[in-house]
Amino acid sequence: MSKDNSFNWPEAVRTPSRFRNPIGKYRLNRTTDCIACGKCVEICPYGVHVIRRGQVFVKNHYLCVGPDCPNPCYEACPVQALSIKENPDFVAMGDYRWTPDLLISTWYMAEFGEVPSAGLQYRTGNSGGGFDRMRLVFRPGSSIAEEAEDDEVDISLQLNRRKDNAHDIRIQVPFYGGGMSYGSVSITTMLSRIRAAAALGTFCCTGEGGYPDELKPYDDHVITQVATGLFGVREETIQRVRIVEFKYAQGAKPGLGGHLLGDKVTPGVARMREAVVGYPLFSPFPFHSVYSVEDHKKHVDWIKSINPKALVSVKVSTPTDVDMVAVGSYYAGAHIIHLDGSYGGTGAAPDIAKKNIAMPIEYAVPKVHRFLQEEGMRDKMTVIASGGIRTPHDVAKIIALGADGVCTGTADLVALECVRCSNCESGRGCARGIATTDPELVKLIELDWGTQRIINLFLAWRKELVRILKKLGMGSLEELVGRTDCLAHLDYMMKGAA
Amino acid sequence: MPAKYVIHTKPVAHRFEPITRSGIIAWEEGCLKCPVCVKRQCVYGVYDHRHLDARQMIDSIDNQCMNCLRCVQSCPKELIHKSLNPEYKAIGDAHWTPDIISRLWYQAETGKIPVSGAGYNGPFSGPGFDSMWTDMSEIVRPTRDGIHGREYISTAVDLGRTPRHLLFTRQGDLEGHTPNVLGIPMPILMRLPGFGSISNETVLGWNLAARRLGTLMAVPLELINSGQVEFSRWSIPVITSHESDPGRGLQGAPMVEIPWGEEWKDYRDELTSVEASPLICDKIVLEKGAEEKVLRAVDGGASMIHLEGSMGGRFVDDHSRYIKDGIRSIHLRLVEEGVRDEITLLASGGIAMAEQVAKSVICGADAVFVDFAILIALECRMCRRCTEGLSCPVEIKDAAASWVAERVVNLLGAWHNQLLEVMGAMGIRDARRLRGESGRAMFFEELDRETFSSMGEIQEGCELE
Repeated sequence: MSKDNSFNWPEAVRTPSRFRNPIGKYRLNRTTDCIACGKCVEICPYGVHVIRRGQVFVKNHYLCVGPDCPNPCYEACPVQALSIKENPDFVAMGDYRWTPDLLISTWYMAEFGEVPSAGLQYRTGNSGGGFDRMRLVFRPGSSIAEEAEDDEVDISLQLNRRKDNAHDIRIQVPFYGGGMSYGSVSITTMLSRIRAAAALGTFCCTGEGGYPDELKPYDDHVITQVATGLFGVREETIQRVRIVEFKYAQGAKPGLGGHLLGDKVTPGVARMREAVVGYPLFSPFPFHSVYSVEDHKKHVDWIKSINPKALVSVKVSTPTDVDMVAVGSYYAGAHIIHLDGSYGGTGAAPDIAKKNIAMPIEYAVPKVHRFLQEEGMRDKMTVIASGGIRTPHDVAKIIALGADGVCTGTADLVALECVRCSNCESGRGCARGIATTDPELVKLIELDWGTQRIINLFLAWRKELVRILKKLGMGSLEELVGRTDCLAHLDYMMKGAA
Repeated sequence: MPAKYVIHTKPVAHRFEPITRSGIIAWEEGCLKCPVCVKRQCVYGVYDHRHLDARQMIDSIDNQCMNCLRCVQSCPKELIHKSLNPEYKAIGDAHWTPDIISRLWYQAETGKIPVSGAGYNGPFSGPGFDSMWTDMSEIVRPTRDGIHGREYISTAVDLGRTPRHLLFTRQGDLEGHTPNVLGIPMPILMRLPGFGSISNETVLGWNLAARRLGTLMAVPLELINSGQVEFSRWSIPVITSHESDPGRGLQGAPMVEIPWGEEWKDYRDELTSVEASPLICDKIVLEKGAEEKVLRAVDGGASMIHLEGSMGGRFVDDHSRYIKDGIRSIHLRLVEEGVRDEITLLASGGIAMAEQVAKSVICGADAVFVDFAILIALECRMCRRCTEGLSCPVEIKDAAASWVAERVVNLLGAWHNQLLEVMGAMGIRDARRLRGESGRAMFFEELDRETFSSMGEIQEGCELE
């Protein structure tokens, strides 16, 4: 299947923060000494200062790149009225995995559709291991001419490698949206993600919480999930989609079931899930009808008899024997094995589970890739990785480790201005209107705003991936799969090299 | 199977304001006095809870802010900011980190498991117990109706030597002595922390908690005074001087702890000969040569050994070695020698989180002692002022025994539930089967090397990004 060259990429449209004061890394201070000469307005490349009615003021603190600035206003100011410091709000945000730099650069990408030009570390976090200690390796002289068109670099991904009766689906970007259920996030969040996926020629998963009617216009870009609670699963929902995902486990709480608190079971959610308003809903662990590969095949066959053309994805967590699970899924007839590493996830989960249970995705992917190769079925399975993919660099690294593509989750939410306060489950739900069903909080996001923010983010990811591939001298992303020679790990690097 | 074990918890308020990671700083200068201040719109009602006039701008570090940053991002004059609390960063030390301490406070207050959304936010791995992950199983389930269901997971463990087999007479009666084995409902024992501004009331509270939890509390023999006889069934007198009369003052305690050593041989022999003699636990400090000492103790007839690590979770004499590795090597050595089942291995030293209980058991301990965790449950900030004779900022010694007991029951109730979570994920339904099951764990050193060691050689002239 050749790449669909006629695909029309959506435009990046600048979509600023929905809050009055966007947060940036730096804050500029202007003293009363300012003579409103306009010098700062003139020299700032980022539009930080504005002049209005003879008064100069800092309008966009958040766009200031600090010491990286080629023309620092605070040095050029003739009366030294400007000074710069790190924003205290910036330092108080974020964590090891999603550093304040990563949060703000993701917001930047969601606003502009480009990676930040300076001032922010947008490639890695600060977790001290895995992705954050890995680097892409570019050999001298290998890059493709920079003037080559972006469209000449193929980052699309074939999802059906079995070449069986099922749909032949190629997505335009090597990622799709991971499952977040109606109930755990608002309908606006859900629709924003799915509309963005449709615009980008990819998919988004419903999670386990039913298939709201609002999604119908996007059926061709929806993956519906069959999880252990079977909430909202009907013949009709299975028949509507082109991809069906079985969720055996999820990285945030491997080996544990799902749990939607009673407060979040609003009338709408209850109707969708065919449950009672106000009562907590449990998805048990595991599927109580699956105790072997044979049982699993029975499940897959069941989907295939209801929707013979559907692609079947199997979402599993990352235990020691994840490689065996992957091979088992192949024999059961699945097209996609989706590995959800232990450090990701969006849903609320016990901290003990998130930190300790199952292995990080960086270990699971090469293990599965290698084993599928040894068993001779690597080219018949699509390996999707998720669980802590935050940046385009993470995407490139995990593909070089052996995945074909990735699922995103938290990054989508950060594009909608999630600050990762982790209080998704407390009180009325997300105070920023993302992961909530509270009627008032839901209104904090407009659908068009949300859709465009996510489109912008992933357009930036695409550009960055294309830039990386060009620099690696590769014409398509498929060439990068399993190329661990394109990776370095700082902890194992020989002294004196590079 | 033992009866289903449930720990009933209920919220118990703190006595002092906890120190939080960050706070809100609001400036008054330039305030527009908006008709509806953004503070009024706080989703969590934080400004209302504080009973403050929202118009009044105050500079405060507070513990109710939920970090949604909405007021910060909405104030028209940008007068509200979030700021890290330097006091928070200063509490504890490298092992008892501010995050660990504040989570212990939370659990002691609420009795709940810490739950949060948006994925894991900590470092990739770390030293000691942070360099291992517990496994899970995609399809094996421990119970039919969930980890809290009717078909439940047992966390109970046995202390003391279980015989390899039992002999019965023709009549079906047990031949010989009934084995002296003590069951506790979870692999957690309590012991007195190495320091702390505590009083008899505090110890009484801990005793009350041990009784309610059905576990044991180790306290120096001197502290088992007549007032606490009623708790002797839940006590482990710790004997440090063999001057005293063996057996005296034990008040029927089911177990005692004595140091291991040649000079204690006579004392221990006498102790075993007293009527209704308690189980004897020999304490061996986790340091160089501990492994050999354990083997000699087993040879000498010990049935229970307490490996005592440092309060930082390491070997007492070697900061670079962790109790995780100490337990593991001693356990494996005992397995090699074919005597593992003759001995109960207890471990202590810096156990700070529920996961460390499970991981200690996976590494080979039968149960662990918690010490500073039950002090931190009482709001201790690990400031160590008490070690210098200075006053305790949270006046622990004045806390009522009932409050102490409830806080500790909450903490260990939350830990018990977390044990169920990890055991459930592993597909293990009996804590006794978890001991030494290192196949249910994944170790950083192995995985990391296997995955990344080939990524160390870089040709000259390459660019890294």
